[in-house]
Amino acid sequence: MNAAVPVKAMLSEDAARRFEREIAKYPPEAKASAVIACLAILQAEHGFVSAESEKIVAEVLGMPPIAVHEVTTFYNMFNQVPVGRVKLNVCTNLPCQLRGGQHALEHLCRSLHIEEGGTTADGAFTVQKAECLGACADAPVLLVNDLQMVSFMSDERLDDLIGTLRGVAA
Amino acid sequence: MSARMDLSRFQATGTETCFHGRHIEPQIYAGLDGSNWRLKDYEARGGYKALRKMLAQGEQDGKPLGMTPEQVIAEVKASGLRGRGGAGFPTGLKWSFMPRQFPGVKYLVCNSDEGEPGTCKDRDLLMFNPHIVIEGMAIAAYAMGVNIAYNYIHGEIFEVYERFEEALDEARAAGYLGDALLGSKFNFQLHASHGYGAYICGEETALLESLEGKKGQPRFKPPFPASYGLYGRPTTVNNTETFAAVPWIIVNGGPAYLDIGKPNNGGTKIFSVVGDVRKPGNYEVPLGTPFTKLLELAGGVPEGRTLKAVIPGGSSAPVLPAAVMNELTMDYDSIAKAGSMLGSGAVIVMDDSRSMVHSLLRLSYFYMHESCGQCTPCREGTGWLYRMVARIVNGQGRLADIDMLNSVSDNIQGRTICALGDAAAMPVLAMIKHFREEFVALIERKAPPVHAGSIGPSASVHPEKDSALAGVPHPTVSPVGEPRAASIPS
Repeated sequence: MNAAVPVKAMLSEDAARRFEREIAKYPPEAKASAVIACLAILQAEHGFVSAESEKIVAEVLGMPPIAVHEVTTFYNMFNQVPVGRVKLNVCTNLPCQLRGGQHALEHLCRSLHIEEGGTTADGAFTVQKAECLGACADAPVLLVNDLQMVSFMSDERLDDLIGTLRGVAA
Repeated sequence: MSARMDLSRFQATGTETCFHGRHIEPQIYAGLDGSNWRLKDYEARGGYKALRKMLAQGEQDGKPLGMTPEQVIAEVKASGLRGRGGAGFPTGLKWSFMPRQFPGVKYLVCNSDEGEPGTCKDRDLLMFNPHIVIEGMAIAAYAMGVNIAYNYIHGEIFEVYERFEEALDEARAAGYLGDALLGSKFNFQLHASHGYGAYICGEETALLESLEGKKGQPRFKPPFPASYGLYGRPTTVNNTETFAAVPWIIVNGGPAYLDIGKPNNGGTKIFSVVGDVRKPGNYEVPLGTPFTKLLELAGGVPEGRTLKAVIPGGSSAPVLPAAVMNELTMDYDSIAKAGSMLGSGAVIVMDDSRSMVHSLLRLSYFYMHESCGQCTPCREGTGWLYRMVARIVNGQGRLADIDMLNSVSDNIQGRTICALGDAAAMPVLAMIKHFREEFVALIERKAPPVHAGSIGPSASVHPEKDSALAGVPHPTVSPVGEPRAASIPS
C-alpha cells in the first residue's frame, strides 16, 4: 500500500458511499460491526478479499488488520484467493441433495470441464459446493457471485444459465 | 465482476413455494402474491394497525387508549406464541426477562440467519412481506423498552437483505420508524445487517459476536443476552417468524391466537416441506395440524414411492420413521413427545428409495464443516463422526463402529458451549436407533437394504465398485439416492 495515499482515497466512489451507509447503522464506537458488509463490498468489486482490502477495511473501521483477517477466514462466502469472473455455489446439503443438488453440481463440473472447487482455464467460471443456502424448497439451487440465487436448476436450465453467463463473463 | 446480470428467468418468484394457495388459515403469508410487498400494500392488508392500536394517544370513556408495555407482554404471554427459530421458548416469557427499567441502551435483534438445512420460510417472509417483521419488531421493542434494533439476515440471500433495506426506507419515510412514532414518546430505529456464510451465526450469541464484527463463536452462558448481549447491553433475540406473528396477536388478542393452535402451542406455523415431496414449499398451517395433512398439502411423496422417514424440525432434529410420523400432529409438544423436535419447522421428507446412512453422511459432513472449532468435543467429535460414517458407507466399517458412533455422540452432547454439538450428535443417535439394520448391512457388505445399486451417480461411493475403494478413506461428498430430474413443481 502506498503510504502517501490516504486509505479512503483507495476506495472507489461507490464503495466509499456504501461503506458510509453500513457504518452509519452502528454506534460510533462499534464501527467494527460493519466489517462483514465492507469486506463483501470490496469482494464484489475486486472478486476476492486481498490483504490490501483487509488493510483498507481495518483502517476505515479502526480495527487491527488481524481482526479483519479473522473475519475473512471464518465466513465461508469470502474468497481468500481470486476466483473466476462468475462464481457458482451449488447447495448440496441433504434437503437439496434429495432433489438433485449433488447431480446439479456434477453436471456443472462436467459441462465446464472442471473439478469441484476449480476454475475454468479462461478464468470465466468457478464452481464450488455450498452448505445450506436457505432455499431448500427451490432445489437444485445455486448462488451466482454471492448475490443472485437461481432456482429449480434442471440440467437444461443449468446449460441455459451457463450460456447466459458465458456472454457476461467472457 | 459485480455488475448485476439479468437472471430473472432463472430466479424463484415465490409462486411454487409461497403463493400456491395451499395454506390453512394463514396470517403471515395471507394475501401475498409477490408484487404486494410494499408499505401501501401492507397497509391495505391491515398492516401497521397493531402498532397504531398500541401507540394510540388520548383517552376514551375515561380509559387511556393504547397499550402499556406490560399489557403487550401479557397479551403475548396469553397467545401461547413460542419461538419460531428452533427452541420453541415462550416468547412472552422471554420478553419479560428483559430488564425494562435498565437505564442504558438495550437492543433487540431479529435472527434472520436462516441456515438450518431444510428451512426457507423466513426468506419468503422477508421477501414478500417485510413490513410485518418491521411492525412486529417495533411492538416488541416498545414492550421491552428498546429503541435500537438490528435484523441480521443470512448472507446467502443478499437480495432479501436489499429488499428489507428498501422496506426500512419506506417505513422511515412513513414515520413507522424514527423518533416519536405515531405521535407517541416511543423512538425506534431498525437497521439491516447481514452475515456471510456461517451456519453457527444462527446461534444467538454467535450472531451477536458476528454483529459486533467478530468471528461467530458462541458465548458461554450465563450471562444470557437479556443481561449481557450486543455490545454487552441487555438484548433480546427472536426469530423472524416470531416477530411476524406479533401484529396479529395485538390486533386480535392473545386468546384468539391460542385458539387457532392447541394449548401451549398457539397460532399458525410456517413449515418448509422439502425433500421427497411433489410440491416442496412453505406451508402456513395452525399448530396441531396432522402431519398427514401437511404432507398432503405438499403433494405427498413421489408417484410409486412410500414414505420412509421424516426429519421434522430441520437437519438437527432426530429423524422419525414413517409409522411414528403418520400419527403425529405438527406442534412442539407432539413432536417432542415422539423423541424429536419441531425446531425451525423444516420438514425433510424421505421416501423408501433413500439410504439413511448416506443421508447421515451428508449431515455429518455439514456439522464437521460448520463447527466453529471452539469446543474440543464438537471440533474433534464432528470430524470423528463423519469419518466413521464415511468408512461405513465405503464398505470399510466395523460392527463396533456403530457403538462407537453412539459413544462419540454421547460424549459430544451436553459438553459444548452451544447446541451445534448436540445438533451433530442427535441425527447420528436417531438414525442408528431407527435404522440400525442399514448400518449393519453396509458394514457386512450385504446389499444395502434399500435401493441397492443406485445409490447415486458418484462412482466413489458406488457399492458395486467398492473393491476399487480400498484407498479412498472418505468421500468429500456423497449422494443420498437416485437423483431426480429437477422440475418446477406445478
